[in-house]
Amino acid sequence: MAILVTPQTKVLVQGITGGFGARHARLSLTYGTQVVAGVTPGKSGQLFEDKVPIFDTVAEAARQTGATASAIFVPPAFAADAILEAVDADLDLVVCITEGIPVNDMVKVKRAMEGKRTRLIGPNCPGIVTPGAGKDSQGGCRIGISPGYIHKQENIGVVSRSGTLTYEAVWQLTSRGVGQSTCVGIGGDPVNGTSHLDIIKMFNEDPDTHGIIMIGEIGGSGEEEAAEWIRHHCRKPIAGFIAGATAPPGRRMGHAGAIVSGGKGTAAAKIAAFQEAGIHVATTPSDMAETLLRAM
Amino acid sequence: MNLHEYQAKQLLQNHGVPIPAGDVSDTPEGARAVTESLIGQGAALFAVKSQIHAGGRGKGTFKSGFKGGVRICRTADEVYEVAKGMLGNVLVTKQTGAEGRLVRTLLVTVAPKIKKEFYLAVLLDRATSRPVVMASTEGGVDIEEVAARTPEKIFKETIDPAVGFMPYQARKVAAALGLKGELIGQCAKLLIGVYRTWWESDASMLEINPLCVVDNDGKESLLAVDAKLSVDDNALFRHPNIQGMRDLGEEAPLEIEASKHGLNYIKLDGSIACLVNGAGLAMATMDIIQHFGGSPANFLDVGGGATQEQVTAAFKIILQDPAVRAILVNIFGGIMDCSVIANGIVAAARETKMTLPLVVRLEGNNAELGKKILVDSNLALSSAGSMADAAQKVVAAAKP
Repeated sequence: MAILVTPQTKVLVQGITGGFGARHARLSLTYGTQVVAGVTPGKSGQLFEDKVPIFDTVAEAARQTGATASAIFVPPAFAADAILEAVDADLDLVVCITEGIPVNDMVKVKRAMEGKRTRLIGPNCPGIVTPGAGKDSQGGCRIGISPGYIHKQENIGVVSRSGTLTYEAVWQLTSRGVGQSTCVGIGGDPVNGTSHLDIIKMFNEDPDTHGIIMIGEIGGSGEEEAAEWIRHHCRKPIAGFIAGATAPPGRRMGHAGAIVSGGKGTAAAKIAAFQEAGIHVATTPSDMAETLLRAM
Repeated sequence: MNLHEYQAKQLLQNHGVPIPAGDVSDTPEGARAVTESLIGQGAALFAVKSQIHAGGRGKGTFKSGFKGGVRICRTADEVYEVAKGMLGNVLVTKQTGAEGRLVRTLLVTVAPKIKKEFYLAVLLDRATSRPVVMASTEGGVDIEEVAARTPEKIFKETIDPAVGFMPYQARKVAAALGLKGELIGQCAKLLIGVYRTWWESDASMLEINPLCVVDNDGKESLLAVDAKLSVDDNALFRHPNIQGMRDLGEEAPLEIEASKHGLNYIKLDGSIACLVNGAGLAMATMDIIQHFGGSPANFLDVGGGATQEQVTAAFKIILQDPAVRAILVNIFGGIMDCSVIANGIVAAARETKMTLPLVVRLEGNNAELGKKILVDSNLALSSAGSMADAAQKVVAAAKP
C-alpha cells in the first residue's frame, strides 16, 4: 500500500532540537507518524516531548530504535554531512528538507551515494506524506513540513518539485472527495536524490495508486526524461502541470533549480514533452485535479 | 551572484590562468594611467572594456550615441577619449534590455594579437549531476548558435567528483581543439586552472569566450581574453571575499531592498503584483495571471516562515513599482499561518494608505481567521476562492 513510507515506518529526525525540526517533529507526531528518535550531537539521553529519545549519532539511534527513515532539518552548511551520516547508517530512506545547500555539496553527496541502498528524497523539499485512515487523514506517515490535514487516504499519487503548489493539488483532490496514496515532494534543487521518473516508476508498480499528478517547473530536463519513459511504459492516467511559463530566462525563480539556462529547461519544451507522452496537461494550476479526474 | 569580467579574471589569475595585462579604472585619467603603464611594459594596442553584468558589449551602443562597449585603441590619448565616452553613460546591448546599464568601471588591457578564438565553459550538467568542461573551436560567437548549427564542434568532458578534473582529460580537450606541440601542455594546465577556479569558488557557470591563441613576438601562447563567472548563491556564505565583490549597482533597487528583508523578489514588466508563499506556487500565480490576460509585475515568494514585518515590507516593495495597477495575494498556508499574512496586509495597507485594487486568496492553515481579519479591517479588497477566481478578479481590476 502506497510507496516509500507507510503508517508503520519508524522515523528519526536529524535536527530535532532546532526550532524548525522540533516544530515539524511535533506536527508529525500529532499526525500519527512513528517518530521514534531524534539525533542532535551532544544531546543524547534527553527526551523530545517527554517521549522521543535523542541520540548523538544516526547509527546509534537506528540501532536502538529500529528507525529506517530519517527527516533532516539541519542548516545548509551541515546538511550534506547529515545526509551522508544517514546513508552511512544504512537507512532505507532519507528525506532532506533543508533549502540552501551549496550545489557542489550535493554533487559530492550524489557521487558518494552511488552504489548505496539508501534513497534520498530532496533536498529543498516539503517531504512525503502517506495519508492515514483517521480524521483529517491522521494515522498516516508525514515526513517533512506538509500540512497533514489537507490529505485524504485513497489512490492518487502526487509527485512535485514544489511545496505549496503540491498542497494546492492535494487540496483540490481532497476537496473533490478524492484521496491520495502517497504525495512526494522531490524538491526544487538542481541536484537531488530522486527524480520525477524514479517516483513515477514506483507509482506505476503500486497497486494502490490508480492515477498520478505530476507537477514540474522550469529548469533541467527531469520532466522530459520522465515523459519519455511514461510514453512507453506507464499504465496509469497522469495529469501534469508545469510552472514557470512566464519566468524570464536566466533568473533563478526562488528554487535553485528553477532557471532557464542557455535556452534549455523552458516550460514550453516540458509541456510539449508531456503532450507527446500522452500526459494530460493542466493549462492552469487551478485545474490540476480536474484534469486528472477527467482522464480517469 | 554575478561577477564582473575583471573580478572573474582576478580569480582565474589566482589559479594560474593567463589573462591579458591590465587594470580597472573608474575615471578617464585612471584609464590613461593604466595605458601608460602598459606602454612602459612594451604594449602597443589596448582594449577598453565596459564592465557590466551583461554580454554583447562590443556590439552595443550607448544612449549618448557613442558606439561600442568594447573598443580597441592605439594610444593613451585615444584610451582617455574612449573612456570619457563610456564612463557615466548607459550602454544598451542585446542582453541589457532597452533600459541599458550605467557604465561606472572600465577594464583597460593589452589587446593581444589573436590567431585563434576558442570557447570554453565549466558548468553543472544537470542530467548527470556532474561538472562538465565544454570547449569549442568556434570561439567569439554565440555558443547557443554553434550548439544549434554545428553541435559536433562542441566537446564535452565530464568530471567525476571523486577524482576531479584529471590531466588526461585536459589533454583530451586540448587535442580536440586542434592544438599541437607545446600548446597542448599549456592548454591542459590552463584548463585545470579554469576548472579549479570554478570548483573552488562554487561557481554555477564560468565562461571564457574567447580563449585565444595569441602571438607573442612570434611565439604562440594561450590567453583568457574574456571571462564571465556566476557564483552559486547557496554557497556565498563560505566565500566572504566573493561576497565583497557584489556590485549593487548591477541589481534592481527593489530586488536589493527585498533581499535585505530575506524576501525572494524579481521585478518583471507587468501591472499585476503578486505576493505568494512558495516558489512553485509563485511561478504558477504569475502563469495564471497571464493565462487570463494580465501581466505579472513581479515574482515574490515570502517563504514559509515569513513574519508580519516581512509581509509588510513585501507589500511596501510591491507598491514602489509605479507600473503596478492591482495586487494579488495568493497564500496556501502550510507552515505559513494565514492570519500572519492577513495582519501583515492590514498593517501595510494602513501604513502606505494603499488604494490599489487588492484581491486576496487564502487557503490552508488558519485561512478562516485570516479572512476574518481582512473583513474586520474594512479594507477595500476582494476575496477569491480558487486560483482561477483570484486571477480573473485581479486581471479585471487591473484594466486601465
